[in-house]
Amino acid sequence: MNKYFHSVVLDEEKCNGCTNCLKRCPIEAIRVKNKKAIIIEERCIDCGECIRVCPYHAQKSITSSIEMLKDFEFNIAIFPMSLYGQFSVDTNMDKVFQAIMDLGFDYIYDEARAADIVTEVLKNMLKEDKLPRPIISSLCPAILRLIQVRFPSLIDNIARVESPMEIAARVAKNEIMKRNNLSSDKVGVFFITQCPAKVTSIVNPIGIKESYLDGAISIESIYGDIVKKANQAKDDVKFSKGSPEGIGWARVGGQSYAIGVDNYLAVDGIENVIKVLEEIELGKLNNVDFFEGLACIGGCVGGPLNVENPFIAKSRIRKLSQNKGSSEKISKEYIDDLYNEGSIWWTEKIYPKSIMTLDSNIRKAMEKIERIKEIAKILPGLDCGSCGSPTCNALAEDIVQGHGKIYDCIFKLRENFYKDFSDGGK
Amino acid sequence: MTNKSNAINLEFNVMKDDFSRAGEASSKIKKILTQLGIVSSVTRRVAIATYEAEMNIAIHSLGGKIEVTINPNEIIIIAVDNGPGIEDVKLAMQEGYSTATNKIRELGFGAGMGLPNMKKCSDEFDIVSKKGKGTKVFMRISLDSKPV
Ligand SMILES: Nc1ncnc2c1ncn2[C@@H]1O[C@H](COP(=O)(O)OP(=O)(O)OP(=O)(O)O)[C@@H](O)[C@H]1O
Ligand code: SF4
Ligand code: SF4
Ligand SMILES: [Mg+2]
Repeated sequence: MNKYFHSVVLDEEKCNGCTNCLKRCPIEAIRVKNKKAIIIEERCIDCGECIRVCPYHAQKSITSSIEMLKDFEFNIAIFPMSLYGQFSVDTNMDKVFQAIMDLGFDYIYDEARAADIVTEVLKNMLKEDKLPRPIISSLCPAILRLIQVRFPSLIDNIARVESPMEIAARVAKNEIMKRNNLSSDKVGVFFITQCPAKVTSIVNPIGIKESYLDGAISIESIYGDIVKKANQAKDDVKFSKGSPEGIGWARVGGQSYAIGVDNYLAVDGIENVIKVLEEIELGKLNNVDFFEGLACIGGCVGGPLNVENPFIAKSRIRKLSQNKGSSEKISKEYIDDLYNEGSIWWTEKIYPKSIMTLDSNIRKAMEKIERIKEIAKILPGLDCGSCGSPTCNALAEDIVQGHGKIYDCIFKLRENFYKDFSDGGK
Repeated sequence: MTNKSNAINLEFNVMKDDFSRAGEASSKIKKILTQLGIVSSVTRRVAIATYEAEMNIAIHSLGGKIEVTINPNEIIIIAVDNGPGIEDVKLAMQEGYSTATNKIRELGFGAGMGLPNMKKCSDEFDIVSKKGKGTKVFMRISLDSKPV
């Protein structure tokens, strides 16, 4: 396993060295060196902000291609709930499911069905008053990584339950292996994804040893094909789908609505989530029961690998989630079975990531802080980004850590150039 | 023993009624402690203690300042203000006691939990106050304390 695998990467050829992404990265993980952006891998949380903001489409997400299906005898697609928002509400979704099957899959499982399972798990969890409040949703892997990096004291607040994507993969794969008498390596499971953070979680999962998924195919890369095939598809097969509430998980607030918790806080957009996590850390929101924080505006419907405008997609999801559904009710016995086979809970401890730590020796770290303070004092404080670091203070940190020099600052460079010619050199 | 030359000293002015800037000391200190690699549970206690101290100066006093000294083994936070002082310190220390106005309560403050929480977060806590003069809060948080 590659410890530093990230789905979000830079396409050097397309990068123009502008500083748009530099400023937007919520954890200062980007630098611009020699006119090219660099992502500091151990910091990146795969939130996808840089993908959204890059005018040259140089920041992108590594995903699997449909070619990978050849590696398996039997292929399962996990249909993401955000995909419901990519089509108008009167679309016959059975045709869309069929279209994905026609891309080369042998079986398809709706992520929203797994969301229905997690809804029941969370309902039970909220009855436990021993768990620290607020309980933080584990749906968004970008937020989980953000907590590891910037809010480690809140790790114990995270609901230790697997994401709907992973539970969907487990349920579907186990079912197919049993039904078709296939060994694990013969069955491929692919997530159709709106989300780079989910792709990273397949390679480097959080809370579990290994993911049941073998890859993820981005929505944008197959959207055209889906539309084409859906137009020709028959709708004689009726696919099992999640309940309206399960589908509703795709938008911010949908989880809380599905659970039926009154005292919740649902926040979308990584900067907004950061602000609220600060308040939680200060103990100001201990009276809130459930916190749903999502990196993307609108929730997963705003995932960077979607094609539809997030606001339109979100409004569609809202409509769909208010439908009075005729979906099958999930029995308590079924959930108990899943608990027992170990499909629900995280098994691994979540550790803080101390990537912001300047030195493992506290005295040395203290010296570095003093030097950062000194250097920051002589920098202009404009946070212009021309030096390639996101702020003047970040440049000071980079210098002390040996990743930058004072003359990366164009103002310092200019000052130095003219310093012996204060009369203008005339 | 703490060695003065080895310490990081920080000072933050806190103005009366300045809610937008209050909280700055707390978040700056939190960042520094994270850069020092202090365990998150201790960092969180320092952040809460500093935040509550800042808020009390902004809400209840005429203005003051927060001084923070970070040593390799402990953090000292001293909050001083220029009055009006607290009439009955013992009463003020009680959980739930607050003189906050309704307007302040609407902003989400005034539960009367600030001082008790500051004490809870500290390994050593002291408060002195004189009517007409001001209030001084001393807090020491040890960095060696075991992660919870
Ligand atoms: N610096 C101060 N100057 C004057 N009075 C103060 C000061 N700090 C606290 N007090 C008084 O002590 C009371 C209790 O303070 P405490 O911080 O415990 O609660 P609070 O500030 O009223 O509410 P909370 O902190 O929960 O928002 C305050 O309501 C106020 O009357
Ligand atoms: S994905 Fe997010 S964290 Fe990673 S470099 Fe881009 S903006 Fe920064
Ligand atoms: S909000 Fe959803 S799509 Fe966006 S990063 Fe989080 S999990 Fe991925
Ligand atoms: Mg207070």
